[in-house]
Amino acid sequence: MMEKIMEYFMNNMDSYLLAVRQHIWVSLLSVACALLIGVPFGILSTKNDRAYQLVTSVFNTFRIVPSLAVLILLIPVMGTGVKPAVVALVLLAIPPILINTALAYRSVPDSVVESARGMGMSDGQLFWKVRIPLSLPFIFTGLKTAAVEVIASATLATYIGGGGLGTIIFTGLGLNRTDLLLIGGLSVAVLAILVSGILNLLDRRILRYTHLGTSQ
Amino acid sequence: MSISIEFNDVSKKFQNTSEYAVDHISFSVTHGELITILGSSGCGKTTLLKMINRLYEPDSGVIRFFGEDISRNDPVEFRRKIGYVIQQVGLFPHMTIEKNIATVPRILKWDKDKIRSRTDELLILVGLDPEEYRKRYPSQLSGGQQQRVGLARALAADPELMLLDEPFGAIDAITRLKLQDELLKIHQASRKTFLFVTHDINEAFKLGSRVLIMDSGKIQQFDTPRNIVTNPANAFVESLIDSVRQQELLWKETTS
Repeated sequence: MMEKIMEYFMNNMDSYLLAVRQHIWVSLLSVACALLIGVPFGILSTKNDRAYQLVTSVFNTFRIVPSLAVLILLIPVMGTGVKPAVVALVLLAIPPILINTALAYRSVPDSVVESARGMGMSDGQLFWKVRIPLSLPFIFTGLKTAAVEVIASATLATYIGGGGLGTIIFTGLGLNRTDLLLIGGLSVAVLAILVSGILNLLDRRILRYTHLGTSQ
Repeated sequence: MSISIEFNDVSKKFQNTSEYAVDHISFSVTHGELITILGSSGCGKTTLLKMINRLYEPDSGVIRFFGEDISRNDPVEFRRKIGYVIQQVGLFPHMTIEKNIATVPRILKWDKDKIRSRTDELLILVGLDPEEYRKRYPSQLSGGQQQRVGLARALAADPELMLLDEPFGAIDAITRLKLQDELLKIHQASRKTFLFVTHDINEAFKLGSRVLIMDSGKIQQFDTPRNIVTNPANAFVESLIDSVRQQELLWKETTS
């Protein structure tokens, strides 16, 4: 088996790297779009209790829909290729980001907001210096969940022509070749672990205060 | 002596309530006084305080700050001239102690050296060693220490007026006594006006140069602690004083 895997890498290094690059690119693009949509709408949804309840329950329900179903449902609308794959992955990544953002934004303590206003912070200062930084830890958790989910699901994007490491897995399935299945599957797993590791590291760096021991 | 705060027939009613939270109140405070505002919860004392820094707006009446009608100012800028301390402290958990204290100076764009020396000065004033505490985060401090920082933060830009809303309400009895003594010292050194809301009659009488007693939105009595005890204005004030006497009786009985 090992030999076969080595042989694959000897002969197909270029196409392997291409698949990895595609996979990363599609995932990155999807998560970035999901952040751009999920964070602002998450914050907006907290402006009013009804909106918050509605948005949270709708997106929570949405999370149950299997990613493959979303991908295939998009084919009649958008055809095949990278674009519908990204759209599907964005749809998949929005719920964890949006729900966490809304939750984070709502859980900024009233006392902190009150003392900030009482000291004379403008609405802008209150937003950028207090609400956003205090929401970041939760938003980050949402981002981590979304990133790992997207990397895993990007495998399925191959199904509608999105490329990536899924190509290797689906080829392996078609040809009944375990070596290809292993290469593809393990690569996706390693990628997901790597990304979550990097995000954890970033988390510790940026949000140092959340990792302190509490009072002595 | 100048008048720092003056209420002229001020009222406030909240939506969906029939009673006034603050019911046509008038009083004035001489600059440099430490006024305690005493009352049970729901008597309107916090509402009264929050109308001064305009977290609430009165429905009618005029509040003057050194003779100037406060409703004419921009509320956000106005608040920077007033120190504000609340029971839950409300320190920014994502900022160091140093940054927390420097909040208003940074908004006011003081230069770095001035902020630095002011922060150290304040930490010493509230009894925290700057070397040790400057770079800590609020979660690494005890409740009493956090409120010390809250106090330092409110004092940062040397405000003419300090509003304190039950600042020691959530602090254990022994630490509270210590903080009360230190607050008195800070007040005497600063010669600014302090308004201190509390529901603890002992605290009110200990700290206040005058005590403003409130019930159901109205001032029951506003006088020095001594005059209130010797000359209670009405049945409510009398019952308040009686409650302390009864407690003292209990202490005496159990110690003798």
